[in-house]
Amino acid sequence: MNLDFSDDQKMLRDQARRFLDEKSPLKAARKILESDAPYDRALYKEIAELGWLGAAIPESYGGLGLGYLELCVIAEELGRAIAPVPVSSSIYLCAEAILRAGSEAQKQAYLPKLASGEIVGTLALAEKAGVPRPDRLETRLEGGKLTGRKIAVPDAGGADIAVVAARAGSGVSLALVDLKGPGVARESERSVDSTLKVGGLGFSGAKAEALGPSGEGWTLLQTVLTRAAVLYGFEQLGGADAALAMARAYALERYAFGRQIASFQAIKHKLADMYCLIELARSNAYYAAWALSSDAAELPLAAAALRVSASEAFDFASKENIQTHGGMGFTWEADPHLLLRRQVQLRHVIGSPRAWKERLVAELERRNAA
Amino acid sequence: MDFDDTPEEAAFRAEVKAFLAAKAPKYAEPWEGEETTRDDVYLKRARGWQAEKAAAGYAGITWPKEFGGRGGKPMEQVVFGQEEGKYDLPTQPFLIGLGMCMQTLMAHGTPDLIKEHVGPALRGEKIWCQLFSEPIAGSDLAGIKTRSERKGDEWIVNGQKVWNSGAHYADWGILVTRSDPSVPKHKGLTFFIVDMKSPGLEPRPIKQISGGAHFNEVYFTDVRIPDRQRLGAPGEGWKVALTTLMNERLAVTSFRDVSVDVPHLLRLARSIDLETGPAIENAAVREKIADFYVRSQGLKFTNYRTLTALSRGETPGPQSSIGKVVSAPKTQQIATLGMDLADMAGGLLDGDLAPLRAAFSQTFLSAPGTRIAGGTDEILRNIIAERVLGLPGDIRVDKDVPYKELPTGR
Repeated sequence: MNLDFSDDQKMLRDQARRFLDEKSPLKAARKILESDAPYDRALYKEIAELGWLGAAIPESYGGLGLGYLELCVIAEELGRAIAPVPVSSSIYLCAEAILRAGSEAQKQAYLPKLASGEIVGTLALAEKAGVPRPDRLETRLEGGKLTGRKIAVPDAGGADIAVVAARAGSGVSLALVDLKGPGVARESERSVDSTLKVGGLGFSGAKAEALGPSGEGWTLLQTVLTRAAVLYGFEQLGGADAALAMARAYALERYAFGRQIASFQAIKHKLADMYCLIELARSNAYYAAWALSSDAAELPLAAAALRVSASEAFDFASKENIQTHGGMGFTWEADPHLLLRRQVQLRHVIGSPRAWKERLVAELERRNAA
Repeated sequence: MDFDDTPEEAAFRAEVKAFLAAKAPKYAEPWEGEETTRDDVYLKRARGWQAEKAAAGYAGITWPKEFGGRGGKPMEQVVFGQEEGKYDLPTQPFLIGLGMCMQTLMAHGTPDLIKEHVGPALRGEKIWCQLFSEPIAGSDLAGIKTRSERKGDEWIVNGQKVWNSGAHYADWGILVTRSDPSVPKHKGLTFFIVDMKSPGLEPRPIKQISGGAHFNEVYFTDVRIPDRQRLGAPGEGWKVALTTLMNERLAVTSFRDVSVDVPHLLRLARSIDLETGPAIENAAVREKIADFYVRSQGLKFTNYRTLTALSRGETPGPQSSIGKVVSAPKTQQIATLGMDLADMAGGLLDGDLAPLRAAFSQTFLSAPGTRIAGGTDEILRNIIAERVLGLPGDIRVDKDVPYKELPTGR
């Protein structure tokens, strides 16, 4: 029985934590929150130089080829630091889609640049509020030209390329688009977490190449989202852990009624509940990490369970962290809202936990029928 | 990451499987004339199985050899437990004795007492129970009032204990008493082992809301206990009791009533009709199934993380402390949902009419006990807050007050 990371992986996690403690304290996220900059470019460059972006990208495509377990421990630390960098959009989504669906030429063309941080990628799916479905997509890919409009695209402002889900003929295809080319309009959107900015992408005949076989886009997309759910889950886990640590520190330093508020059961039990949800999420996360790194048949179920578990943990911890802080927690000046914002972004970016619960039960049924 | 045994674990597992295949079947089915876990035939079967384990060296796997144990690793205990759990064996009567009482005796007993009692307990000859809680004190165990007074070489005990699983068939018990009410509550306690056949000692079954009677109240009327059966010094009983309580969390004495989890819920949801078709197609039901599933899986893999540490010979992290505080309310909630799905038939206990032979309504009636026994939800949250998160303990208004001056509310 070995449901734990190796010593080397733990060492990588500790290094990542120390690095981000120093280079990306919460005030780095706050700086991006209060500016129009799409992300922290200097930090992203350093992260790229450390090799984190290419941790799970094979060496033949310019990565380190370490593996997904390594990427998972890095993701947990990025989440803990709420680092204002587009690692998730560029690596969990875009690079992953190219790795799963791309031709050899596409992999050679894009993966080394994504791994080195030279370019940033993203993935565009949503077109309106509500759950996307193949028959609801209005963006079209015809004759190498993309037409349509996507919303709530993560890092739309900072990305150089995007993988776009579009209708092609009677099916769905994935299209790879250069966002700097003609026929692409970027629209800024206001969202809860502007430390990871989202935006709209308008396509009016933008040049696009198909990624993967035509008509198989939807299936490929589900694979990518499932794999990304594991990595996002680790970010959510790290963020939830950070919220608990912040609430704990404040409860120990804040006095009321002549004593530390951490000595009141109302606070102790709240923090104990946070701890329980976080440990459940951590255990679901380790299992999902195993499934991701070993391409196990259990991956769809494990990823959905983690998505639900980690979303719940981060939601509860980020809200109750503010509650523990009292009025000060509601101010712009105090830090708890930074975690609340990131929690919202991570909760919705690849579909809300409500939708993932549906996937989870569908998968349980599928396995029962099989 | 993998879920495989180490080569040593695999070898031990093979050994255990062979032993179980040869010896377990005889004990894994009720014997003729056996009706409930309160009767003699059941106990005979249970004692027989424990004796088989002891003879083969599988009782007390982690105990030191000098005490009759195997001197094995915690992971070997886990492996044995996993394999033993595949048979429906009558291990319940020994959980408290071997998991808690003997641990306490080995830590605090005189060499003579250890020699006298550990062997018979290990071989299933003597069954033990715990005599701790009282009507006046449960979560606040140090608040007990059962009185012990020294008379020469003996102590005279008067009072009442409660929630004593197995006290009606146990041969021996571990007992906390108040020997000095004039000092603050933690300082006036004295700890004994007591022969359950002592004159003046009377167990009475307590009927639970589920209708079963797994535990008892035990009355003490001038019960005489020889001083040699004392563990620890007079007035130092709290320290001894803490050893028992620490082991209680490992022993996990749960009620063996019917229990329901996600697989039961899935079976039910497929078989039962709501307004527009099978419950499994209802979005609200599906969402709840997912919620319960991630909790169950989270607990399962939390356990795997603990096993990983044991397998590596490391001390497990504090994550296992979430077990009961997550699982007990979850079980109660699943039972409630299952009954809701049955709609007007939800309250039925009749196995022929209620779904899954009334598993949900049966569990519903046992679930409140699980949230209380072995540490209430609230006490467990305090433990996580204080021992895991390092938050301060409660301010205790009774800390420096003589026991006899404490308000009791009655």
